[in-house]
Amino acid sequence: MTERVPILKISSTLFVSIQIDLQDESVVRLQEDLADELAATGARGVIIDITAVEIVDSFIGRMLATIGSISRLFDAETVLVGMRPAVAITLTELGLSLRGVRTALNAEKGLALLNGSS
Amino acid sequence: MEELPIRSGDDVVRVRQQVRMVAEKTGLSLVDQTKVVTAASELARNALVHGGGGTARIDVVASDLGKSGVRIGFTDGGPGIGDIDLALTDGWTTGQGLGLGLSGARRLVDEFELTSKPGGGTSVVVVKWSR
Repeated sequence: MTERVPILKISSTLFVSIQIDLQDESVVRLQEDLADELAATGARGVIIDITAVEIVDSFIGRMLATIGSISRLFDAETVLVGMRPAVAITLTELGLSLRGVRTALNAEKGLALLNGSS
Repeated sequence: MEELPIRSGDDVVRVRQQVRMVAEKTGLSLVDQTKVVTAASELARNALVHGGGGTARIDVVASDLGKSGVRIGFTDGGPGIGDIDLALTDGWTTGQGLGLGLSGARRLVDEFELTSKPGGGTSVVVVKWSR
């Protein structure tokens, strides 16, 4: 069974905190759910919190980058927050730059980034 | 020591969890654990997507110098790889991916051995040593 990642809307921002061990289907599902939610709410920003995510491989990384591109089509900005140091080192060595996705240290700084840029 | 099936996305997650547990017990640093789990995730997905499913075998190994490490062997019964050098090139892909799975996984581990024959399946064995 595919686990679903919940999406919370607080004022004009969508918050996603990934708390499960991501399998490919769950990330694809999240991408679709976020697109639906952006279209329905007109949110201007998306914050994806990956504090609890222990690994980001090339598939998950690519999906996160795609979420950034999709939200731009809905006039929304995506910020990835809370990446663990070991994940950052591994992603870089893997060869994934996540170019095009904005990042911040934590959710608070991510929100400030969104508010400053809108 | 332990052989796990790779038949679904759930199985890929289970392989990751098992590799993490063994890597932690073997004394790998957090960064090295993350690297070997990420490599295992790439290779398990390859076995599932390109090999039509397979198995992962996880072992604790010891080197001549007394270091311990985690060895993971992935085997699938898929169509095999025609040109191994090409498949290990960054950016080379058969389809939707970024072409970083195989080449990236190789960079994340200390030893990497790939054997494959067209029509005869693919086997990849990787080792990550504790420092």
